[in-house]
Amino acid sequence: MSDPVRLKAAEIAEALGDGSLTSVDVTQAHLDRIADVDDRLGAFLHVDPEGALATAADVDARRAAGETLPTLAGVPVAVKDLINTVGQPTTAGSRILEGWVPPYDATVVTRLRAAGLPILGKTNLDEFAMGSSNEHSAYKPARNPWDTERIPGGSSGGSAAAVAGYEAPLALGTDTGGSIRQPGAMTGIVGVKPTYGGVSRYGVIAMASSLDQVGPMARSVLDAALLHEVLAGHDPRDSTSLDAPVPSVVDAARRGDVTGLRVGVVKELGGEGFQPGVQQRFDETVELLAQAGAEVVEVSCPSFEHGIAAYYLVMPSEVSSNLARFDAMRYGLRVTPDGPPASAEQVMAASRDAGFGDEVKRRIILGTYALSSGYYDAYYGSAQKVRTLVARDFAAAFEQVDVLVSPTTPTTAWRLGEKSDDPLAMYLEDVATIPANLAGVPGLSLPVGLASDTGLPVGVQVLAPALADDRLYNVGAALERLVDAPVLADIDAGAAR
Amino acid sequence: MSTQTSTPALVPFERAIERYDPVLGLEVHVELSTATKMFCGCATAFGAEPNTQVCPVCLGLPGALPVVNAKAVESAIRIGLALNCEIAEWCRFARKNYFYPDMPKNFQTSQYDEPIAFDGYVDLDVEGETFRIEVERAHMEEDTGKSLHVGGATGRIHGADHSLLDYNRAGIPLIEIVTRTIEVPAEKAPAVARAYVQHLRDLMVALDVSDARMDQGSLRADVNLSLKPKGSATLGTRSETKNVNSFRSVERAVRFEVSRHAGVLDAGQSILQETRNFHEADGSTSPGRPKSDADDYRYFPEPDLAPVSPSREWVEELRGTLPEPPAERRKRLQSEWGFSDLDMRDTVGAGALELVVATVAAGATPAAAKKWWLGELARRANEAGVGLDELGVTPEQVAGVQALIDEGRVNDKLARQVLEGVLAGEGSPEEVVTARGLEVVSDDGALGAAVDAAIAANPDVAQKIRDGKVQAAGALIGAVMKEMRGQADAGRVRELILEKLA
Amino acid sequence: MSSAISREDVAHLASLARISLSEDELDRLGAELPAILDHVAAVQEAASADVPAMSHPVPIDNVFRDDVVRPGLTPDEALAGAPASEEQRFLVPQILGED
Repeated sequence: MSDPVRLKAAEIAEALGDGSLTSVDVTQAHLDRIADVDDRLGAFLHVDPEGALATAADVDARRAAGETLPTLAGVPVAVKDLINTVGQPTTAGSRILEGWVPPYDATVVTRLRAAGLPILGKTNLDEFAMGSSNEHSAYKPARNPWDTERIPGGSSGGSAAAVAGYEAPLALGTDTGGSIRQPGAMTGIVGVKPTYGGVSRYGVIAMASSLDQVGPMARSVLDAALLHEVLAGHDPRDSTSLDAPVPSVVDAARRGDVTGLRVGVVKELGGEGFQPGVQQRFDETVELLAQAGAEVVEVSCPSFEHGIAAYYLVMPSEVSSNLARFDAMRYGLRVTPDGPPASAEQVMAASRDAGFGDEVKRRIILGTYALSSGYYDAYYGSAQKVRTLVARDFAAAFEQVDVLVSPTTPTTAWRLGEKSDDPLAMYLEDVATIPANLAGVPGLSLPVGLASDTGLPVGVQVLAPALADDRLYNVGAALERLVDAPVLADIDAGAAR
Repeated sequence: MSTQTSTPALVPFERAIERYDPVLGLEVHVELSTATKMFCGCATAFGAEPNTQVCPVCLGLPGALPVVNAKAVESAIRIGLALNCEIAEWCRFARKNYFYPDMPKNFQTSQYDEPIAFDGYVDLDVEGETFRIEVERAHMEEDTGKSLHVGGATGRIHGADHSLLDYNRAGIPLIEIVTRTIEVPAEKAPAVARAYVQHLRDLMVALDVSDARMDQGSLRADVNLSLKPKGSATLGTRSETKNVNSFRSVERAVRFEVSRHAGVLDAGQSILQETRNFHEADGSTSPGRPKSDADDYRYFPEPDLAPVSPSREWVEELRGTLPEPPAERRKRLQSEWGFSDLDMRDTVGAGALELVVATVAAGATPAAAKKWWLGELARRANEAGVGLDELGVTPEQVAGVQALIDEGRVNDKLARQVLEGVLAGEGSPEEVVTARGLEVVSDDGALGAAVDAAIAANPDVAQKIRDGKVQAAGALIGAVMKEMRGQADAGRVRELILEKLA
Repeated sequence: MSSAISREDVAHLASLARISLSEDELDRLGAELPAILDHVAAVQEAASADVPAMSHPVPIDNVFRDDVVRPGLTPDEALAGAPASEEQRFLVPQILGED
């Protein structure tokens, strides 16, 4: 048996099933890998060897006793540190929550535990998921395993780096404007943002409530589908959770047949502003789909060009309200200013200044402005109308085609610090991923090879109508076979075949 | 600090309304008596130990999400219907954003421009006249936690060193009911304001949606008031008086604010737009928080909650559950009971209406029920400084005592002793009669002996009766009653005396 | 609409958002926000009056919970993360504001 950390989740599950591996072995192997390489990757903010091994041992014992276990039982997983876990700190990558241990599990964590997945630890992220590079983590940047001088993308950069760097076969991310798909693309792994309402948000620290969604990150489409199936389903604790059957994503991921499928190439998401090496890989991918029997057409979604503008109003507005609760009264960092005895108001203001990083403050101020009296209609109100237009564009497009495709990102991974001084430039990186969040539709990014100009991974995004998540996996699985993208040999070592 | 250099003198209400007309607005918050909170499954019991009825949702912990209590929506719709409101076909919750330590999320989940109920009215009978109060809206929201201010002399916020927060109340469902501006003849304004709040209380009790107790804060009234010079159409600046926690205080707050506004205006100064705090002790108000541009609540639709769109079938079904409107019910009861207007007003005024209804239901006549509740029981409640409903005697027990009288088993005096036993927790009226041996004696054997003894002891009186002075029998009856410690059947004693001395 | 936003505006927003921004932060945000606002102001041209606003990405309504008590947190659990507590309550500095 090869090194367990190189195995995909489905392969681990099979090995556990036939007894060639134990969960304790696999879990320990990943813990060892984390101990070896995480000082270079910065993927984890907290590692929980005892908890992970206890779950692994329990699963092994139950399996030995003949119990029938869920498919992924015993397969370790990493969880983005925006998702509440009893017994492990949950910081949201922020100083304001340093050391906070939640008294309750997120619903998705409850589901992971019920399915027997050992939780390796909590992964790094941009503070409160605000960023596209992981440089906005209050603790440390996460790094791209393909080139540790480069960003792994964000905000689920730690989860992406952990999966790409063989520290975990599976990870949970959250995606508000591309935070699963973009780091997936940057690190050459699969990342899926499910349909809004498909996965519970209960216990996931909110960034922008109407946009946030939890999803799987993995090194294969099938692995992502297996994890998706564990996470998805109605949760009565989340009022926006859909009371509908979970799309049969695993079946779709095993099918991978695009014959006769109508595929739309989004005209507005490509060409100018997209790195040539990215565009080239994307065009090749589309060609492969056509060769495999898909019917490829160009589709126009004119409102997408206003997506970033709408997103950078709706998101900060909701952020400004969602992050108001971090006020040093009931939990979290409390900073008391020097001088005469401070009032609660002064302590709140001082704690929020000390506890939040620059990007978080920038978005809170922007959102406060967009909602304030006299500006609401012009900013927040107009942005919500653009959401309607974006949703209409999707609806019209899905009249013509079954799925849409685009490059996931305009560029491959950039160097740390390269865009730190220009927030707007960073925001523009989200152009292709944002429309799906605005409209609530599902999206998947998968690796399609390395860009000829930078030698770094390129991701292609597949988008489907709400609740048709299975189409993403069907197309993803087909592409995975057709493209046969190179995988990472080892950290900073480039590709291996 | 205020630029006003002195506080102008109050102008007596009667003089103020010679020159100004008050314009009123009332905002009433009703705490619903649901088993659980508005957005989570925490219990809502009043007076529980601090922070024992809390969870991630109502503590505003990171990641927690709200889910609407169906019963609260049902209650909101029923309240809306009882206020003759339209019920929204589709409406949303909204976040009202402001920072305050008693509010865990630092936004209140409320409703903004899409209330669940709107455009209603209530008709009030005040001193024989009917006034229509228009209701602008009734919307759903959540309550805040409670702060205890520690340090400083008064236990109040000013001068406190720190505060202690209990979030048991945070998230309890509230319905806020807002009137349109109320313009009634100036001299009636205080009574109309009081009658409106009283009406809402009765309505909430009849709907069984709230305890509606002003003393416990489950019904809270804010009085908004401005003055305009008589004959003028220009509205003045308004004040918002809070902490008004009894019906009487509503009336007093209106009177005080009219006097205060008139004084300020007469002095050529202007009214500040501010909240005022009402003081129960002297009926005055004092400045609270100034209103300013800083009150920018940045409302936006609550993304964590789905919109509410009550089906018309549901609304009609709920309309079918509405109780008889209080005013109509009172008219019906008055006629059924044969009460005069005065009887009815006394009964309502004493807060005894529901008690009389229940006592009658338990078998007493309306007149007897009223006699007990407005007489003996009112006196005892007054002495004990409690409400009639807190006295510790149920309408069923009162009816039981009355039944003993009607059956001739006790007289009025014994009945009061039975009541005393009931109040002392000695059990049902029947049990008290047995335990205390209070039943009247009408057995001729026992009575005959006592009568003989009385005749023997009072030969002069006996002779007078023999001589035909029948009214002298009273003295002998008194002697028998005394002998038998009040437990003799006085009518039978009289008959025996007259028989024996015939 | 012009996106002019002054340093004073930023200070006012910071007070609404309860963040005591330093002078440097006020300077920097005062410089950054206009550029961002210029970009996002594009939504005003894109959205005509007759387009409905969208607050929720999926059309669901009437999501209710039965009025049944569920266990919450114990006081110890509730107070475990508190910066300070006393008498089973959250201890906070003196609150300014209305009495």
